[in-house]
Amino acid sequence: MAYSNKVVDHYENPRNVGSMDEKDKNVGTSIVGAPACGDVMKLQIKVNDKGIIEDAKFKTFGCGTAIASSSLVTEILKGKTLEEAMKVKNTDIAEELELPPVKIHCSVLAEEAVKSAIADYKSKKEEAHEKANN
Amino acid sequence: MENKIIYLDYQATTPTDPRVVEKMIPYFYEKFGNPHSRNHAMGWNAEAAVEIARSNIAKLIGANAKDIIFTSGATEANNLALKGVMEFYGKQGKNHLIVSSIEHKCVLASAYNLEEKGFELTVLPVGENGIVDLEKLKNSITEKTALVSIMAVNNEIGTIQPIKEIGAICHESGVFFHTDAAQAVGKIPLDVEADNIDLMSISAHKMYGPMGIGALYVRRKPRVRVLAQIHGGGQERGLRSGTLPTPLCVGFGEAARLCALEMGEEFKRLAHLSQKFKDGINNALPKVYLNGDADKRLPSNLNMSFAGVEGESLLMGLNKYIAVSSGSACTSASLESSYVLKAIGLEDELAHTSIRFGIGRFTTEEDIDTALEKIITTVNRLRAMSPIWEMMEAGVDLSTIKWAEH
Repeated sequence: MAYSNKVVDHYENPRNVGSMDEKDKNVGTSIVGAPACGDVMKLQIKVNDKGIIEDAKFKTFGCGTAIASSSLVTEILKGKTLEEAMKVKNTDIAEELELPPVKIHCSVLAEEAVKSAIADYKSKKEEAHEKANN
Repeated sequence: MENKIIYLDYQATTPTDPRVVEKMIPYFYEKFGNPHSRNHAMGWNAEAAVEIARSNIAKLIGANAKDIIFTSGATEANNLALKGVMEFYGKQGKNHLIVSSIEHKCVLASAYNLEEKGFELTVLPVGENGIVDLEKLKNSITEKTALVSIMAVNNEIGTIQPIKEIGAICHESGVFFHTDAAQAVGKIPLDVEADNIDLMSISAHKMYGPMGIGALYVRRKPRVRVLAQIHGGGQERGLRSGTLPTPLCVGFGEAARLCALEMGEEFKRLAHLSQKFKDGINNALPKVYLNGDADKRLPSNLNMSFAGVEGESLLMGLNKYIAVSSGSACTSASLESSYVLKAIGLEDELAHTSIRFGIGRFTTEEDIDTALEKIITTVNRLRAMSPIWEMMEAGVDLSTIKWAEH
């Protein structure tokens, strides 16, 4: 199967590979997928006081397309507000990377990773808020 | 500059040996006669060439030339063996067939097709080393068993089955033994008499012959009856009608002759390259596992799991430099990993990290050096961006994590 040039570019030069401190209260972390399915994405976002994603990092176990999808999504997320980030759709990723139908699940996983990382960040904030109130 | 791609996929196909090509060429134009034409010299010459080829193939496996039936390849030979034998003996009440769980798709698909038609099928499991359990085989044989079909060498993991012992068990019970030897013929010594084989499938393009031709060995003493699956002019003892492709037959025969001459030396050379490859990987990379028995194997087939690195992404990183195959079929929409790796008990997460490296006649020391360098660099790069590898390094037990299977 031939990969699109964009997938190859992200695979060969992945953007924002790495990890952030999971315990940092400004960091939201998600791990989606399963090793048994051949795809696991770890996505982390760092959100500043204004609610803007100032940094995003990923690590992915999966095919080249899964790597490219998560790499692209970190680029998309940077500079977005959480609200804007919630609107990131798998179809945006699939279109940008020109994914064939058999690879659409990679973009779906990337969207899940975004939603799940935001949810993790929000639940951390709520916990911190509750602690402060008690 | 365009780099030459290093071919490490000898299980998929082998290049046709230039010496074989040279022998074939005259039969396309100068000596193009139909080997079945009985009325003129063009036909007789073609027939003579085909018979020399047949005899070379027979010699390689210790058979009589008359026992060799040319087919279009191993897939057709396997179909003919399973369907042909079962359909004949099924009529006599022997309607039970035994195959192993790691057979090539064409054997399994033929077996399932027979099951759909009402035949009884036993699919024999293999151990974690990829070898059939002889006790289980013995216990699976019933009065109704007509045929046992177990491959000589597995195409994905290279394990060698105890063919001789399997054949002996079959013969004790009056059961015929068929072996799909597509990956074995020309690579390890095989002898249909000593190894108790009644039917054997062979593929030319896995042994440096041309694509499009193979053969089924069918024992005549004692006689194995096979119902033809392709009908027509009654060529090949009536078992496989159709004009024989003289150039392909000649090429197949020459490939067999060369294998018989060079197999011993070639095996030693490939074993050396294989050891060098394994050492190179293991010295540089932790947590790489060889799939299938470490000793009962063809050294030239190395199926390895690279923990933390998904196979398809590894292939993508390598395919500019090396032609290899993934042990896992996750390029398909099903996300299914290889049934062979599953059959040997490999967990899905490791099955997804598997690559098959096949070395062969034209692989050089330099090829292995370059391949090692590329593989090591790519695995390290992908591990650095793998969350699974990160967890393994941190000592997290992956089995304790609740994964959201999708």
